[in-house]
Amino acid sequence: MFAYVVKRLLSGVVVLFLISMSVFLLFWYGPSEPAQTICDNDTSNRCTPARLEVFRENLGFNNAWYEEYGKFMKGVVAGREIQFGSTTKFDCPAPCLGYSYRTKAPVFEEMKDRMPATFSVALGGAFLYLSLGIPIGVAAARRRGTVADKALVSSFLVISSIPYYLFALLTWLFLTISWEIPLFSDTGYFPITDNPAKWFSGMLLAWLALGAFGCTSYTRYSRGSMVEVLNEDYIRTAKAKGLAANTVVYKHGLRAALVPVITIFGIDFGTLLAGTIFTETIFDIDGIGLWSLQAVAQRDLPVVSATALFGAAVLIISNIVVDVIYSILDPRVRLS
Amino acid sequence: MTITSPSSAASQADVDGPFLQVEDLTVTFPTQDGPVQAVKGLSYSVELGKTLGIVGESGSGKSVSSMAVMGLHDAKSSEITGSIRVGGTEVIGLGESRMRKLRGNAMAMIFQDALAALHPFYRVGDQLAEAYAMHHPKASKRDARRKAIEMLDRVGIPQPDRRVDDFPHQFSGGMRQRAMIAMGLINDPSLLIADEPTTALDVTVQAQILDLLQDLQREFNSAVIIITHDLGVIAEMADDVLVMYAGRCVEYGTTKEILTRPEMPYSWGLLSSIPDVTASTDARLIPIPGNPPSLLKPPSGCPFHPRCAHRDKVPGDLCVTELPALTPASNRAGHLKRCHLPNPQEIYQLEVLPEIAPDLAEEIR
Repeated sequence: MFAYVVKRLLSGVVVLFLISMSVFLLFWYGPSEPAQTICDNDTSNRCTPARLEVFRENLGFNNAWYEEYGKFMKGVVAGREIQFGSTTKFDCPAPCLGYSYRTKAPVFEEMKDRMPATFSVALGGAFLYLSLGIPIGVAAARRRGTVADKALVSSFLVISSIPYYLFALLTWLFLTISWEIPLFSDTGYFPITDNPAKWFSGMLLAWLALGAFGCTSYTRYSRGSMVEVLNEDYIRTAKAKGLAANTVVYKHGLRAALVPVITIFGIDFGTLLAGTIFTETIFDIDGIGLWSLQAVAQRDLPVVSATALFGAAVLIISNIVVDVIYSILDPRVRLS
Repeated sequence: MTITSPSSAASQADVDGPFLQVEDLTVTFPTQDGPVQAVKGLSYSVELGKTLGIVGESGSGKSVSSMAVMGLHDAKSSEITGSIRVGGTEVIGLGESRMRKLRGNAMAMIFQDALAALHPFYRVGDQLAEAYAMHHPKASKRDARRKAIEMLDRVGIPQPDRRVDDFPHQFSGGMRQRAMIAMGLINDPSLLIADEPTTALDVTVQAQILDLLQDLQREFNSAVIIITHDLGVIAEMADDVLVMYAGRCVEYGTTKEILTRPEMPYSWGLLSSIPDVTASTDARLIPIPGNPPSLLKPPSGCPFHPRCAHRDKVPGDLCVTELPALTPASNRAGHLKRCHLPNPQEIYQLEVLPEIAPDLAEEIR
């Protein structure tokens, strides 16, 4: 298994390399002019063509793309020096993901600052996905075909057909603004190390919105998977042994039913960790998602490529974790 | 409980009568297109130490009736009427917790396709031990494991103390079926239902499994029901035979009687469609034309009439209009058949036998 994980990590590095290159190329040849934005910012909107040319030269936009990409990769591995305007030079130690064009701060440091917020959102949301979705799905599967099951399935289908941003926005508008529920009055990220209670209450509404919306999908996945498993021959065997209904459903049924659910969860959790743009924007949480949105809007190339790389890395890792969990759940799966 | 039992104590009933007594069993599944009667008015009994073979095509109600005995039908999606007495206890309507105490303990079931019937995620030994521990709450984990190894050894798994920790996919097909049998027998059940136990196996392994079942039956003196569509298995194993068609019993009697003097055209059809390696090359293999009927809309009268080659020998259209009653056959007591034909013995001797076993027909003449 160790060899397998190493192999997967190595192939993940290759994937990351390809992703970094394509993000770089997309921006390089894209129809935007990052130098213009920086020039406007730095000169209080008095950017002359001559000044713009200086910025272009310093940022390396006059060089060939592979030259600049080489510099970027060298920075990741060994660190480098970065020059913005005509005077200032920044030292960027490895792993250097560049300096933000907008804030002139090292991207890696900024990302590290934002990670706790995003991880808080992701962990809470993912916990609710599973802790609500799976039990409800299993309960529905055991009562399949009944009125309760049909009512649950159709009402959850309605919820999941609402666009998520609308759902989250309505949650916030009603609970925080209209009804002024005190528990949800102060949404946002507060470091857990400073004040855990404030961290919790700041996150709570974001978690609930994310969890309530996401659990509808997990209810459907686990219900479908469970219904299928409960029709398997080995479930009939378990019943024929005289096992109690709960043992049959949870010990023999759930473990098998979880396999496909875990697969989807791996991808979803990776996506959550890579930054929840809507959740962070609506509930005012300064995490990776909000940051990447701002970076795209401001053509902040180093930040965009950093968030893209981070997202890819998180997804690759969570997929490896899923495969390992797979092999633990199902002994027929041999990792090699 | 048992009013008809001559003995005073109700618990005495299981010693006297047959261990399993099924009377007028009907199993109905409500579906969106209307109720489906998968089993209709079925009655049979099995004594300890005896084997009943239930034969019939797919969908004839063989498995459904046995699942009803085990109480494995979902109460919400099935309707079961009649009487099933296991060791004197009426099983129909029995509470789930009491039913569970019987299941896997006093009665056990072996399923076909052991690869699907064993849980792919758990070790074979753990699955066996679980069945033992369930009905022996005082037994420790080590006891249950020792019992599992003992049973694996008993059914002929080599190196059982090592194989006990294997997963089902690491076993061969025959070994899986042996493990399945070991699991069925681990609590020493008085009634064992084997649902097509050899269907998924190759022929040499089939014979081994049948031998094993016979050995174990002698050792445990249990009542056995063997469900199959293979009359070869019946000839080898069964004391009595129940032929099912479209959810009903169409012929019932001792194995010798049914295999040598069948009186129902469907049983003839089953006999005609067995290949026989020792038969002369003149012997023909005659399939039964058509398909089993839909249980949603069963044919009127005798359910077999659309496929019956001997319908014209019954006066009028009795076969189409009236369901034949289950009546005693012409010569022997205990042999029941459901057919309108007035002279089935004669037809079998003169028309059916010469087609399927010419040498045997010569001999009789």
